[in-house]
Amino acid sequence: MKRSRFRLSVPLALLLLSAIASFTVAQVRRPEPVKGDAALEQRLHKLSQELRCLVCQNETLADSRADLAEDLRDEIREQMKAGKSDKEIIAFLTERYGQFILYRPQVTPTTYLLWFGPFVLLLAGLAVLFYYIKQRRNLIEEQPLTLDERKRAEEMLRSGSRKETA
Amino acid sequence: MRYLIPLGVFLVVVIFLAIGLGRDPREVPSPLINKAAPTFLLAQLKEPGKTFSAEDMRGKVWVLNVWASWCVSCRDEHPLLIEYAKSGAVPIYGLNWKDKREDALDWLGELGDPYVLSAVDLDGRVAIDYGVYGAPETYVIDQAGVIRHKHIGPVTPDVWKEKFLPLVQQLNREGASR
Repeated sequence: MKRSRFRLSVPLALLLLSAIASFTVAQVRRPEPVKGDAALEQRLHKLSQELRCLVCQNETLADSRADLAEDLRDEIREQMKAGKSDKEIIAFLTERYGQFILYRPQVTPTTYLLWFGPFVLLLAGLAVLFYYIKQRRNLIEEQPLTLDERKRAEEMLRSGSRKETA
Repeated sequence: MRYLIPLGVFLVVVIFLAIGLGRDPREVPSPLINKAAPTFLLAQLKEPGKTFSAEDMRGKVWVLNVWASWCVSCRDEHPLLIEYAKSGAVPIYGLNWKDKREDALDWLGELGDPYVLSAVDLDGRVAIDYGVYGAPETYVIDQAGVIRHKHIGPVTPDVWKEKFLPLVQQLNREGASR
């Protein structure tokens, strides 16, 4: 029994190790080929960090190694060389790929939920919390004894102390 | 009453998940719908000496299909395109995206050619203008050169029957009455 479990655990461990190894390999990136001057590349890098790679979707255009991302970087590079401003380039891209390409979409009626939703939820949570705490305080508030209850309590205390002295 | 609130929250989460998970996150809505199709002038695949431009198609309803020999889904779509082309419902033009000419020609030789012609977009510039981010992508363009529909991924028989054909028929009717 013990042996068989051991036998099973060896391939499992190997599998895990190879998975980790392949993961780290996948993480290694080819260096970006340097094209032209450094200032432009820096500007490109900064701008493309704001942009989404549409193929991988959760990667920025700056990080992506997808072919399309490289094409888009080339496109941006050329537009920068042509003297276009970052704003103009972003307008160019959103005209073609929509707001989805922006990691920080513009504030428009369609993105209100996206921008303000979390704050609405936060406020709603605070309101619920406030309401709950207020109600709880009412629950544990001391209720003053009525006259009858006070008399009974005093009687109980008196009989109790008598018993103790007895 | 005690269970009503958690149950309500649960139902809301279920509804959101059902809608959210049922959607394809790869389908990015195109801002180009109902905008003029970007112009281009490209060499043709089979006759490199000749060019093809979106302008050439003025006055016609046509379909532009972005494809490449390296694109896996295009292989799935290809026999369907041949069928659609045979039906003669609408002319299908190809945009051969970042492909090698020999590879593209081999592909058409091997699998058949559904396209009236294919234009060669070697550096992917035209594809960027069309907001292409993954082949196959297919556009329906009307007589005035306006993009009326974009489909991302293979055009399945269902999509063809329910979206493309009715739209093409409607556009042809509109064109005839104009």
